[in-house]
Amino acid sequence: MVPLNWYILLSAAIFAIGVFGFLSRRNVIIMFMSIELMLNAVNISLISFSQYIQDLRGQILAFFIIAVAAAEAAIGLAIVIALFRNKATAHVDEVHEMQG
Amino acid sequence: MELQFYHVLIPTLPLIGFLINILLGKEVTRYKAHWPAVLSIAGSWVCALFTLRDVMAGKIIDADLYTWMVSGTFKVSVGFLIDPLTAVMLIVVTTCGTLIHIYAVGYMHGDTGYYRFFAYLNLFCFFMLMLVMGNNFLLLYLGWEGVGLCSYFLIGYFFHKKAAADAGKKAFIVNRFGDFGFGLGVFMVFLTFGTLHYADVFSNVSMIAGQTVNFLGFNVDLPTLIALLLFCGAIGKSAQIPLHVWLPDAMEGPTPVSALIHAATMVTAGVFMVARCNPIFNLSEVAMSTVGIIGALTMFFAATIAIVQNDIKRIIAYSTCSHLGYMFIACGMGAYAAGIFHLYTHAFFKALLFLAAGSVIHAVHTNNIQEMGGLKKYLPITYAVFVIGGLSAGGFPGLSGFFSKDEIIWSAYAAHSPVGKFVWVLGLAGAFFTPFYTFRLIFLTFHGKNRGAHHGSEHGHGGGHDSHGAHQGEHHIHESPKVMTIPLMFLALGAVAAGWVGIPPLLGGGAHFAEFLKPVVGHPEFHASHAEEWGVMALSTSLVVIGLGLSAFLYLRQTDLPKRIAQQFSFLYKVLYNKYYVDELYNYTIIKPTLWIAQKVLVGVTDAKIIEGIVNGVPGAIGQFSQKLRKIQTGLTQHYAIIMAAGAVFVIIIAIFLR
Repeated sequence: MVPLNWYILLSAAIFAIGVFGFLSRRNVIIMFMSIELMLNAVNISLISFSQYIQDLRGQILAFFIIAVAAAEAAIGLAIVIALFRNKATAHVDEVHEMQG
Repeated sequence: MELQFYHVLIPTLPLIGFLINILLGKEVTRYKAHWPAVLSIAGSWVCALFTLRDVMAGKIIDADLYTWMVSGTFKVSVGFLIDPLTAVMLIVVTTCGTLIHIYAVGYMHGDTGYYRFFAYLNLFCFFMLMLVMGNNFLLLYLGWEGVGLCSYFLIGYFFHKKAAADAGKKAFIVNRFGDFGFGLGVFMVFLTFGTLHYADVFSNVSMIAGQTVNFLGFNVDLPTLIALLLFCGAIGKSAQIPLHVWLPDAMEGPTPVSALIHAATMVTAGVFMVARCNPIFNLSEVAMSTVGIIGALTMFFAATIAIVQNDIKRIIAYSTCSHLGYMFIACGMGAYAAGIFHLYTHAFFKALLFLAAGSVIHAVHTNNIQEMGGLKKYLPITYAVFVIGGLSAGGFPGLSGFFSKDEIIWSAYAAHSPVGKFVWVLGLAGAFFTPFYTFRLIFLTFHGKNRGAHHGSEHGHGGGHDSHGAHQGEHHIHESPKVMTIPLMFLALGAVAAGWVGIPPLLGGGAHFAEFLKPVVGHPEFHASHAEEWGVMALSTSLVVIGLGLSAFLYLRQTDLPKRIAQQFSFLYKVLYNKYYVDELYNYTIIKPTLWIAQKVLVGVTDAKIIEGIVNGVPGAIGQFSQKLRKIQTGLTQHYAIIMAAGAVFVIIIAIFLR
């Protein structure tokens, strides 16, 4: 049986990759993918803890997160399309109307 | 006798009339606004007649309606004192008020502010009646300020005209000076007597005789202080020197207002107040002399100014100042009854003169008598009543003005004091000037050739033009409508006969008027023979005749002579024409410095530096801080993400280490 530590290390590694991707890339689509990575890293740790303490509520929460992430991705992609239509770009650097 | 409902109705009816017109005037009563106004004041008049009947039956009423305010020992109630003095004032106010209201129906016809005019006129009557009926100093003060307010409203009635708006402000501000003293006087009365009720004050008045009080570091005689402070109010309200400057300017108001407020009633409130407070004034020789001297000086200066003025209403306004001076002379001599008697006759002949002048203005649309002349044949009724009013004002024997003025001059002579002699001489000079300037006015207006601005009597229709004729097309001089001439006739009747109730015993009368007022104001003891009385009367009468004759000579016969005299004595003429430069003096000593302080100190420093400094400084500082703060918001998603991530790491570190 795979020990809990490995799951947690995997989860942390994926989360760190997601954070790095989100911060370093400028393309909105890539940034979305990074967000999905972070969410799934969390899901992994949730499920592994759920397995470890034999409580199904963790897995239910993971499903819940997947559902929310799907909705979020749908809305996010819609925004990206709208953004692209208006700005003809998917680069966040070029979108800074909110600058103070 | 208990307070009757009709006593209460006297001031209440005009108040109701005011409320109807001010609330419904714009929508409902509009050009019928005179109905509630005239009916209410006429109702007051009827009630005043009933009241006069009660008082003549010897009843004096002093009753409280309800308690107005209580604070510690300070207690004021709304209550009425109805005695002979009040009764006389009620008759004067309601009679003149009713006639002038009726006259105004014709005079103000078609004006856009018709309802507003009658509403204010009614409100004025309410306050004036409260002033004369109140049984304590606070009600007197209420009425006093109320009539001042209405005076302001009505002088500035044509508020779109700058001169009228300015005149209203001037009247109000000048009266502030007097009313400040008056207010202090009322405070002193309360401080001294612990009550403001007339009856309580006047019954205890003897206890303050000879007392002194520390005032601004000086020991001052208490009765003198109170009397002089109260008299300050009278100086302002009754347009005496040095606060007389507002009254001539007040002529910017509609003529019925000049007649009611600035001739018959409001300006006489000062005389009424002095007569009402006679127990206090009687205690102070100094105050009495001051009243007499100020009255005499005002009478003399105003009369001399009136000689050279050209504005028909201003001449009568100076005449009013002058006659008010006569009333104060009488009060200063202790002959309050004579002062009130002159107040009473003056109300009729002066209201008559003003309304007749209004009728002239109504016909020719100018105030300048140099542009009139020869109006006798176009305005026969106005001419007739004007002459009657002028004779009465000038003190022509047999008419109202003669009896009252003669009594004042006599009381000044009979006082046998240096002050009495001084005011007597000035009074005699006034007796000469009054008919002179009044008939100068009449001769220039009604006699001779028309000097109208556009054409004279050579015109086919023989009429002077309205000086603003251009906008009205052909406008021919015609007599005023009946609604204006009938009140004039009634006032003319008063100007002739009102004085007959006070014919002195010397001329076979009973001096009923003085007898009637005796319970309130007493009667001075004169020690003089009949021969002297005849002599003084003959002297003043001959001066009246000389004044009249000289006026006729200069303005009917030798019509070019006045101009030559004016050139000969150009310095004197200029001084008189510019009203002794009092307005200029005030302009340079008071108005300019005040404006300078207002503009340089208050606007320039307090307002611009301090207030605006705070108002602009606080948001300025906040703005600059936020200019710096907004830099944080870069609009770059990555920046936000880094801050979020750093924040999360920070929170986690805290969570771990602070566990």
